Amino acid sequence: MITSQIGQQPLEQQEERKLGMLDGRFGPNIVTTTLDLVFNWARKSALWPMSFGLACCAIEMMAAVASRYDIDRFGAGVYRATPRQSDLMIVAGTVTEKMGPVVKRLYDQMPDPKWVISMGACATCGGPFPTYSTMQGVDRVVPVDVYIPGCPPRPEALLHGILRLQDKIDKMTIARRV
Amino acid sequence: MAIVVDRRIGFLDRLYLPGILRGMWVTLKHLFRRKVTLRYPEQRWKFPEGFRGVPALVKDQEGRTKCVACYLCQFVCPPKAITIEAGEMSNVVEKYPEKFDINMLRCIYCGLCEEVCPEQAIFLSKDYEVAGSTRTELIFDKERLLAIGGMREDPIMKWAHK
Repeated sequence: MITSQIGQQPLEQQEERKLGMLDGRFGPNIVTTTLDLVFNWARKSALWPMSFGLACCAIEMMAAVASRYDIDRFGAGVYRATPRQSDLMIVAGTVTEKMGPVVKRLYDQMPDPKWVISMGACATCGGPFPTYSTMQGVDRVVPVDVYIPGCPPRPEALLHGILRLQDKIDKMTIARRV
Repeated sequence: MAIVVDRRIGFLDRLYLPGILRGMWVTLKHLFRRKVTLRYPEQRWKFPEGFRGVPALVKDQEGRTKCVACYLCQFVCPPKAITIEAGEMSNVVEKYPEKFDINMLRCIYCGLCEEVCPEQAIFLSKDYEVAGSTRTELIFDKERLLAIGGMREDPIMKWAHK
């Protein structure tokens, strides 16, 4: 039987990837719930996005970063240029078939835990371009956590999407799933 | 011809201190000015009259869905976000939409459906906060669209006179 290095559990019983030594070792108890609060607060309050503006939605993303709709109030103002230091990828703009493997490669280079926000009509489902060269949705190559519709979505809509992602992060737990 | 000017800066300037302090003074002045940030979830911007948000179906003052399933909006929609299936009614109106789905992810909020509708049955509301975790969550069916649209007063009531 194949065993993993963490926690002596056989690989078949693992449903999700472990994120460290504490993940999935203990059943739910008061220590894990308190640690959940702390970890989830830390993860959601300091989401570092990777600047991945591909097309017009990037302008609205820049508008969200500017001083009127400050994204730094939510902790997400530190845009890293490299995927190795970021934990959120906001795909803003049209993804073409040529760009698809590039998106997948950048997603793979991000360390766990990582999330993807798909912003705008083109990134979510190809938008108004049902052509041979446009990928009909970036979720064909990467798993998406939050979809934000709009063409382009208003900066407030992007901030609303980030708040929804923070709600999703709040539901994460390090306890073992029973 | 280039003119060479002898610029000698003093010892203090070469330490960059006056330059740094002048920059910090500018930052300090901004600390006491009025801030331009709109604090988003608590403060919202008042949108102008023609703002194009989420499309929605409306009912008239008698509670009838105004849409008659003429398929014009489905035809004109640039990304083909609208899907309609017509059903038959036995009164003077004759047609109603049995299924009216708008895929919010495909919608580009252009407003062409509102412009082309002959019954004034579809309007773009001022709502923009639609974000979801799955794709199926963001395909709005008829009930949800009617809930967003609500009732709009119709002064003409053309079907009452036919």
